[in-house]
Amino acid sequence: MSIRETDVAELGAVEPNLEPSTTDLMVAGNGLMSRRLLLGLGLGGAGLTVASGALGADFSMPVWSKQPGPGPSGYGQPSRFVADIQRDPGRANPLYPGGGASRTPLHQLRGTITPNGLHFERHHAGVPEIDPAAHAVFINGLVERPLAFDYESLLRYPMVSRTQFLECSGNSGALFRDAAVDGTAQSINGLVSCAEWTGIPLSVLLDEAGVSPEARWVSAVGADAASMGRSIPLNKAVDDVLVALFQNGEPLRPEQGYPVRLFVPGWEGNVSVKWLTQIKLSKEPSQFRDETSKYTDTLADRSSLQFTFPMGVKSIITSPSGKMQLQTHGLYQIEGLAWSGAGSISKVEISADGGATWAEAAIDAQAGDKSLARFRLPWRWQGNSAQLISRATDNYGNIQPTRNQLLAEKGALAFYHFNAQQCWDVSSNGEVKNTYV
Amino acid sequence: MSNNIFKPALAWTLSFALSAPLAVAQDTLGSPQLGKPVTQMDLSDLDLIASKESVLPAGSGTAFQGREIYAAKCASCHGAEGSGGAANQPLVGGNMRSQDAPTRTVGSYWPHASTLFDYVRRAMPANAPKSLSNTEVYQVIAYVLYMNGLIDQYKVINAETLLTLKMPNAGGFIDMSASD
Ligand code: HEC
Repeated sequence: MSIRETDVAELGAVEPNLEPSTTDLMVAGNGLMSRRLLLGLGLGGAGLTVASGALGADFSMPVWSKQPGPGPSGYGQPSRFVADIQRDPGRANPLYPGGGASRTPLHQLRGTITPNGLHFERHHAGVPEIDPAAHAVFINGLVERPLAFDYESLLRYPMVSRTQFLECSGNSGALFRDAAVDGTAQSINGLVSCAEWTGIPLSVLLDEAGVSPEARWVSAVGADAASMGRSIPLNKAVDDVLVALFQNGEPLRPEQGYPVRLFVPGWEGNVSVKWLTQIKLSKEPSQFRDETSKYTDTLADRSSLQFTFPMGVKSIITSPSGKMQLQTHGLYQIEGLAWSGAGSISKVEISADGGATWAEAAIDAQAGDKSLARFRLPWRWQGNSAQLISRATDNYGNIQPTRNQLLAEKGALAFYHFNAQQCWDVSSNGEVKNTYV
Repeated sequence: MSNNIFKPALAWTLSFALSAPLAVAQDTLGSPQLGKPVTQMDLSDLDLIASKESVLPAGSGTAFQGREIYAAKCASCHGAEGSGGAANQPLVGGNMRSQDAPTRTVGSYWPHASTLFDYVRRAMPANAPKSLSNTEVYQVIAYVLYMNGLIDQYKVINAETLLTLKMPNAGGFIDMSASD
C-alpha cells in the first residue's frame, strides 16, 4: 500500500512540547504515555507544536476561494481527494457467481460509525435487486396465524434504533494460520463495521403471528439466489433482534439487505440474514448448510462447535497498523476499535513492548452496548522497534485472550470466531507489520 | 468449554418467559397488526426448508439416475469425482480422524443428510440456483452420497430414507447455543 500524504500528516510530524514533568506521563514500556495527556490533564495546556514541512499550502489565496463551486446535489458523494478510501472487493470468481467479501478500510476511518458505502460485505450468491413492491416477509411454521408482511405495511410499524457492530465470524481468521500474514487492518480485520440500525423488534411481528408454545427456534431465510438460511434460538429472537429497514438513517443499501434484513445484535454476522423473506418457527434448528458445513469450528480433538453465536470481546489497533510507514520520530496516537458481543467495552489496554507492560487507553464517548468503541493513547516513538498490542475487557469481565490462549482453546483447525490480541510490529525504520508474539 | 472466550454472559437465557415480554413489546410499541393471513399452500414455492420438522417434498432418486445430472450440472465446478474441481469446493472425501488437517466435506463432516437436499435445492448449481426439479435434486444428491461411499447406486433416496441415513460425523458436533 502506498502511504498517502495525509496518512503521514495524520500519523506523524508532531512533536510534544515537552516539559520537565513529561517523563512522569510515561506509564508503560517503550514510549506509552498516560491517557491523561489526551484528556487535557497532566500536561496542563502544553500544546503540541506542528513540526516543519507538513503544510502543503504556500499561503497565497487558493483557487477554490476565488470562484464559486457547484451548487447543491441530489445525493452527496465523498470528496474526490478521498477516492482511495474503498472496500476491497477483489476479483470476481465466475465459478462463485456474486460470492465473496469486501472489507471495511478501518485504517482510513475515524469515529465509530461505518459509512454505508464502506460497510463490509459477504455474499454467497451476489446482491439481489429487490423491488420492495414485490417483496414480502412471511412467518410460518409453529405459529397460530401464518402471516405475510409487505414493505409498505412494515413501514407503518413502530421502530427502534440501535447503534451496534456487525462482525463476520470469519473476521481475522487468517490469524489462526502458522505464518503471520502481511496485511493491513482492513485486509486482516475489515469484516467488522458499525451502524445505526432502525427496525421493528422481531418480537412484535412474532406476537402478531402467535408463537406456539412448543416453538424454540426461528429460521430466517433471505431472498437472494443462495436463499441464505440460519436458525436462531427463539429466546434471542424475542429479546433484541430487529427486522431492520434503515441503516444510518437511510433505507438499507442493497448489499446490506434492501429492503429488509434481520439484525441480530452481538452475534456472528451471518445470522443477520439479509433480504429477509421468511421466518419459520420450529422446535429444533433447521440444520442449514451454513450452520453445519460452515460457520462451525473444529477443535484439536476433532469435535466441532456448532451455533457459536456471540462474537467474543475483541480489539484491534487501526493506527499505526499494517503496511503503514512511520516517517518521523515523536509523538503518535495509537488508535483503534474495541467491541464485545456480550455487552459494552469497559477497558482497553495497550502494550508497546509485546505484552510486557500495559497502559490503559482512553475510550471515546460512552461505549455503547454491542457497539464499536474508539480508543486512543499517546505514544512516543524514538526509532526503536516496538510491538503494539491492544487488549479489551468488557462489562462482564471477559478479557480478550492472547493468540496462544485462543489456540490452546480452539486448536489450529478452527477458522471462525478469532478474537485474540493482535500485534503490529514497528521496525526501527518505521515499517509496520502484522506479527505474532 | 469453560474459558471466558465462550462466556458471553447472555442475558437472554434468563428471560424465556415468552408471553410476558411479547405482550409488553406490543403494548408499548402499538403494533398496527398489518400481517395478511397466508397458508402453507401459498408458500409452497417459497418455503424451501427441508429438515426433520419441515417435511421434505415428494419425489425420489438413485445415484444411478443422478450420475448424468452431476456430470452435466455440477462437475464443471466440483470436479468429475467431486474432489473440488475448478471451484475448489470438494463434495467428497476427507476423514475427521486423519493425522493431517481433515478435509471437511458432505461425506466426512456434515452431520445431517437432510441438509444436502435443503442446500442443493436452494443454492445449487451456483450458476442457476433453483433450476432443478425436486426429483432431480433427489437424484443428484444420491449421487453425491454415493461418491462418498455412503449408499450404493440403487439406494432410493426420498423424504424418508434421507432422514434416516446416518452420516459418519453425526455425533461430531457440540451445540453451543445454550452455553452460558
Ligand atoms: C458454477 C459453479 C458451481 C456449480 C455448477 C455447482 N456448484 Fe456447488 N458450489 C459452488 C460454490 C462456489 C460453492 C460454495 C458456495 C458458498 O460457500 O457460498 C458450492 C457449494 C456446494 C456444496 C456445499 C459444499 C460444502 O461442503 O459446504 C454442495 C453440496 C454443492 N455445491 C453441490 C452442488 C451440486 C449437487 C451441483 C450440481 C447440481 C453443484 N453444486 C453445482 C459452485 C458450483
